Amino acid sequence: MSIWEYANPKKFVESTTPILPWLFALAGLSLVVGLVWGFFFTPDDFRQGSTVKIIYLHVPSALMAINAWLMMLVTSLIWLVRRHHVSALAAKAAAPVGITMTLIALATGAIWGQPMWGTYWAWDPRLTSFLILFLFYLGYVALWEAISDPDTAADLTSVLCIVGSVFALLSRYAVNFWNQGLHQGASLSLDKEENVADVFYQPLLVCIAGFVLLFLALVVLRTRTEIRLRRIRALEMRARRTGVSA
Amino acid sequence: MKALVLRDLRLAVRAGGGFGLGLAFFLIVVVLVPFGVGPEADILRRIAPGILWVAALLAALLSLDRIFALDFEDGSLPLLATSPLPLEAVALAKAAAHWVTTGLPLTLVAVPLGVLLNLAPEAYAWLLAALALGTPALSLIGTFGAALTVGLRRGGLLLSLLVLPLYVPTLIFGAEAVRRGGEGLAATVPMLMLGGITAGTLAVMPFAAALVLRINLR
Amino acid sequence: MMPDLGKYADAVLGAYAASIVLLVLIVWLSWRKAVSVRKRLAEVEGRTDG
Repeated sequence: MSIWEYANPKKFVESTTPILPWLFALAGLSLVVGLVWGFFFTPDDFRQGSTVKIIYLHVPSALMAINAWLMMLVTSLIWLVRRHHVSALAAKAAAPVGITMTLIALATGAIWGQPMWGTYWAWDPRLTSFLILFLFYLGYVALWEAISDPDTAADLTSVLCIVGSVFALLSRYAVNFWNQGLHQGASLSLDKEENVADVFYQPLLVCIAGFVLLFLALVVLRTRTEIRLRRIRALEMRARRTGVSA
Repeated sequence: MKALVLRDLRLAVRAGGGFGLGLAFFLIVVVLVPFGVGPEADILRRIAPGILWVAALLAALLSLDRIFALDFEDGSLPLLATSPLPLEAVALAKAAAHWVTTGLPLTLVAVPLGVLLNLAPEAYAWLLAALALGTPALSLIGTFGAALTVGLRRGGLLLSLLVLPLYVPTLIFGAEAVRRGGEGLAATVPMLMLGGITAGTLAVMPFAAALVLRINLR
Repeated sequence: MMPDLGKYADAVLGAYAASIVLLVLIVWLSWRKAVSVRKRLAEVEGRTDG
């Protein structure tokens, strides 16, 4: 029994069927708990006032925006090396979720920036990097949409994802070099000094768990949809062939 | 490979090859900017490096979809793929031809256009050097993008969506080098980064483009 | 029950509203597509089996 067994589309659908509702339930539960905890039961920050509550949306979505791209990179590599269809389809399924996460991070960041920095948008390195990440997501999805043959599309988008990752990283450093920013340092790091205080930290962890679970649930759901779409395509092509020969 | 470069050059220069089009586009964009932002010399001087770089980027983009499209349409691309010349070399030759017909003339024309935008006198040498160093990267990245979209109808728009984000680092370092040069600051670091990007794309992009071409020709 | 958000109430509520709208949107879109594709697959499979 190895993990690659789940690369079989049929097996993937069968084994995720019982898990999926639980995944959604858990994701919803931790999101509700985390957000309610964060929104109603945390004190205001002495400098940022009540805007500190935005952190429960901003940090998890920003994390997932990057993690979604990383996941796409890994699944793209797996597709190119081992040719497992589920892997390519999971990458395709993750992209729109990643776009949503990037949008949430950008929107909450802009709304937070207005009272804190006095502007909705600053060409700050982190903000700019996210905007560039957003463009990469758009290009990736557009390429998937443009190509009709599914295997070719999977191959090309995988290569684009890998090349894009290199350039996204490069852009991150270029943007850093181009403008020193307003953005505060990491909210979560192993270095305790830099971290946010414990009162904010615990609900934040719950929110992050919620976002991770929601991302997983959505990716699994969307991957199943893609697998079914692929099966419809295969069945229709077979039907057309037999129709022609008959 | 040399023959391929020469053939592409001849095709580009021939009437209807689109050789002058990119240059004319570059000229028009640069001329339009003062109409948009106003004729104040100070403002123009400050934005000149960025404008010249962005215009060069767009002009280079304009001719990208021709890199493989003509060969794909008349069926010579599969022939090139089966020829003894490796596909990586084909991609490199295509990028080289694109650079000679776009990047190189853009670099040369940028200097007189810098006068129009009131570019700082100290910046001209940096402008020339940065464009000479950076435009090969534009052609190489563009070749990869063109290879990705080669089989697609209406691939041009998609091509720009795919390629422009990849141009971000080149643009940042290129414009930064010219800006720093114009202000009399040390511009070695952005120039080195620009050189690094060009060297990196030169090493990797022909392989990526060839890989993608093989997938598309399958 | 509503906590006092002070002068930043608009910002905080706006951020929550925007995020929740986006999250609900992606979940709803994914769900709707999943249901419609599942139906289509059942239809196609029924046709080929029958």
